[in-house]
Amino acid sequence: MLELKNISFVAENKKIIDDISLTVNDGEILLFTGPNGGGKTTLAKIMMGIVTPTSGKILLDGEDITDMPITERAQKGIGYAFQTPARFKGLTVRRLLKIACGENFSDDCCCDLLSMVGLCQKEYLNRPLDTSLSGGELKRIEVASILARKLKVAIYDEPEAGIDLWSFNMLVDTFASQKGKGSTVIISHQERIMRLADRIAVISGGKISEIASGGEMLPKLSGYFNKSCGKLK
Amino acid sequence: MSDLLNLSKKLLSIDDFSLLKTIADMPAIPDGAVNVRKNGEGVLRNSTENVKIEPKKDKSGIDVYVKANSKGERVHIPVIITDGGISELVYNDFYIGENAECEIVAGCGIHNNDTCNSSRHDGVHAFHLGKGAKVRYTEKHFGGGSGENIMNPITEIYMDEDSVFDLDTTQIEGVTSTDRRTFAKVGANAKLNMTERLVTHDEQIAKSDVDISLEGEGAALRIISRSVARDSSKQIFHPRAIGNSACAAHIQCDSIIMDNAVVTSIPEIVANSADAQMIHEAAIGRINNEQLLKLQTLGLTTEEAETVIVEGFLE
Repeated sequence: MLELKNISFVAENKKIIDDISLTVNDGEILLFTGPNGGGKTTLAKIMMGIVTPTSGKILLDGEDITDMPITERAQKGIGYAFQTPARFKGLTVRRLLKIACGENFSDDCCCDLLSMVGLCQKEYLNRPLDTSLSGGELKRIEVASILARKLKVAIYDEPEAGIDLWSFNMLVDTFASQKGKGSTVIISHQERIMRLADRIAVISGGKISEIASGGEMLPKLSGYFNKSCGKLK
Repeated sequence: MSDLLNLSKKLLSIDDFSLLKTIADMPAIPDGAVNVRKNGEGVLRNSTENVKIEPKKDKSGIDVYVKANSKGERVHIPVIITDGGISELVYNDFYIGENAECEIVAGCGIHNNDTCNSSRHDGVHAFHLGKGAKVRYTEKHFGGGSGENIMNPITEIYMDEDSVFDLDTTQIEGVTSTDRRTFAKVGANAKLNMTERLVTHDEQIAKSDVDISLEGEGAALRIISRSVARDSSKQIFHPRAIGNSACAAHIQCDSIIMDNAVVTSIPEIVANSADAQMIHEAAIGRINNEQLLKLQTLGLTTEEAETVIVEGFLE
């Protein structure tokens, strides 16, 4: 269980996050949605320790982790799939997945993981994570690197961004299969991903403007959906 | 061969083979042609049907002849120095016959524990490739011990038409000072691929001058240089490609700079023909913060993440 208590984050005299309190329950999928610049990514980065809050407390299973660095939070079971994954000159897909899962992780297990995100050819394992990979390929490998780990809290920042429709369907199935395996926080604007959520929070102006069960929130949000692409206006 | 084995066992210790494994992937006496030089003298030499190795008569060094049309030969020619105060200049010439395909593994390892006297190996390697010959040449430089280790290699490559030369050089660690010079003349439709990896640390100095002339039509050159400079070390790169015909050249120099190191990168391209296509790219920078963050979110410490990034970069 991850608890945020009265979290605020101020940058350049602007309140990016304004006194947010929130609990991510064990086993649930909690979805953040809302307008650009509303504070979703900042809030997720505060959970991972990438951004340090100006005030407030963060507890993981009751332990205060507010001042804990990223590495220790990762070792305690928090993971984060970046919206724009880093590219590495030389580092291979295999090496990244082995760092995520442990050195004993076999090539077959790496391939199974890649299959979950629609990349199943063994040849991918030797590819470097550099500009030779497309944005969509890199993004799917980023998601795989988080799926690989047994996490208490897995955070995905817009996992659907830059992914083609066919792979998107596979991604939705993959997230559905993750239900109940630790807590999952997903930032998304896609209706099909929202349908997987136990709870949906709308984050806007640095605050949670609304939070309720997926069943309650989806009909409210459906008015905002652009029917042609299923994305929030 | 048994005499050779007995002789080499006397002259090469387990520590020597550990050094040979590091620099030439040679944990034991390999099959095929071999020449090992230790502390200034040849201690193991073996020729094969297709590869003849002969000592030079007028100066230090060897001549290596690879038979035309032979395929799959591997030639090991490592040099090790385990004493302080040794300074040598060695000339090795390689004559690769037409359409021959071979791999040459060189390398220099100095393990000098003499803190008063530096040890130095200057090797001049000249490769003469016949028409259609293909050579893969790897060279690793490694220094150990508490004394100064100096290596100044000169590599000359003369490529006849349709030949291919893959040059792969690595300086792993422990080389106090290096002044590396590479010259090549690339003939029609010949291809030279050069990959250079270099790590410097402490107060080390590394200089690499590369001068390649693309002489014939269809000649191609690719240089990839990856380096990491730590502590107060200094690196200077000056790759120069001269296009004298309808040729193609691509030079890419990437350096990671850390601590108080200094890196100078001067790529130079000269087109003497309107049909020459020449590209150079050079970048020097710290380890990217996004890369560090990604690896930290997978549970690595900053130091572990830096090691992974540097290892990948030098792969």
